[in-house]
Amino acid sequence: MNKVSRRRFLTTGLAATAGVAGLGVAAGLARRYGLVPPDSGGIYGPGEALTYAAHRLFARHSLAREFPRSMISKDPFANSISPLNDAFKRLQDGNFTDWRLSIEGMVARPGSYSLADLRSLPVRRQITEVVCEEGWSYIAEWIGTPLLEVLKDAGVLPQARYLVYFSIDPDWWDSIDMVDALHPQTLLTWAMNDGDLPVAFGGPLRLRVPRQLGYKSVKFVNRLMVTDSAKGFVPAIDSKSPNYGYSWYAGI
Amino acid sequence: MRRNPRHSVLVRVTHWITVISFIALLVTGVEILISHPRFYWGEVGNSLTPPLFQIPIPSSRSTVPTGYAYVLPDQNGWSRYLHFEAAWALVLTGLVYVVSGLRTRHFGTNLFPAPEDRTWRAFSGVIARHLRLAPPEDADSNSYNVLQRVTYLLVVFFFFPFVIWTGLAMSSGWNAAVPWTVDFLGGRQSARTLHFFVSIGLVLFLLVHVAMIALSGFGTRMREMITGRTIARPERT
Repeated sequence: MNKVSRRRFLTTGLAATAGVAGLGVAAGLARRYGLVPPDSGGIYGPGEALTYAAHRLFARHSLAREFPRSMISKDPFANSISPLNDAFKRLQDGNFTDWRLSIEGMVARPGSYSLADLRSLPVRRQITEVVCEEGWSYIAEWIGTPLLEVLKDAGVLPQARYLVYFSIDPDWWDSIDMVDALHPQTLLTWAMNDGDLPVAFGGPLRLRVPRQLGYKSVKFVNRLMVTDSAKGFVPAIDSKSPNYGYSWYAGI
Repeated sequence: MRRNPRHSVLVRVTHWITVISFIALLVTGVEILISHPRFYWGEVGNSLTPPLFQIPIPSSRSTVPTGYAYVLPDQNGWSRYLHFEAAWALVLTGLVYVVSGLRTRHFGTNLFPAPEDRTWRAFSGVIARHLRLAPPEDADSNSYNVLQRVTYLLVVFFFFPFVIWTGLAMSSGWNAAVPWTVDFLGGRQSARTLHFFVSIGLVLFLLVHVAMIALSGFGTRMREMITGRTIARPERT
């Protein structure tokens, strides 16, 4: 081994060691600052982690586009929903006066809210686009209570990291991080365009997350859970969730 | 003394990572497309609005009016995961290629046409030779002719950036951060339609590129892009 190749061997070795160590430090920092999505394992993990980290680093507080009233779609499209259970039908017969949204987990004041309770909190109206991962879209005006107001009212504890939200349909739930949960446009929606939120669009209560694809906007929401771990609530390949196999972060 | 390689190590490595990423993007892109094979112009479009055009294939969703009585299986889960992971590989590889290409003057030396070739006459000369199926000139084995140079520059500096831009312009999170990138294109559905056409352009490039390699000596061209050597090393006895 001559001098040049030994030097080269040493520098290459040092560079490789520094590279591996650097990646390790970067991974540790990313985890600490909440830049790693819960579905970052497996062969698609690196792509997911890069997308989520990039959005959280560079677009944490950005607002989804809002549109002029003239752009509201005359033909909003609602995906078909599976037949709703008896509990839903009973509440529907009572005009949803008995609909309750419960909140539990890492909050100071767990409790539940009727639709009237929600309407008494600050109201937000926003004209945003629903984008389906299939490719289609429409624009509507969504009126509701920012999720932020309910979280403020219930008192989120500092160790909270995720919000899990459940539909009255027992096989339907999803989760978001606290960045999106506390985002001003994340809306507990109870009205759409000129009237109450129709059942086809998730009425009486749908959690609209306008910075993510439509599948994150779960319909018929009746339960919120604040937690420090999304384990068990991340749609995965073995999940029964309707989001079967779709990525957890849907800002893309 | 070893001869300079036909293609530098960096060009060869980035070329093949791009090939793998592009194939993955193409397959998964087609898969995602069949979940809604209708295209629109403007901000919004769905099964209730008239399409700009529709691809006459069945869909993986029963809600899309395709005219077919059956629905294809939904493969969007892994397709979307792989599409975006391959997109990251393509973008990062492309950045390495462009930055190093600027540093080593790769674009100026090897791709930007020489002054005497920047004429319509030189351009039509190359096209005429191709049409006559004339054998390649000696200079072509170590360098690119003006038609190749212009094509590669278009692929590197127009088609790939535009396919990345139109892809990003469909992302809800991206659009929230930089709304002008989608508004400039005429809306989200316009971006999707443009993404489709730019992809078609890249597929056409790929077909012609592979055909030209097959016609001009598949083994030699592949060896150049894999090992960098123009001719096989003589056997040592």
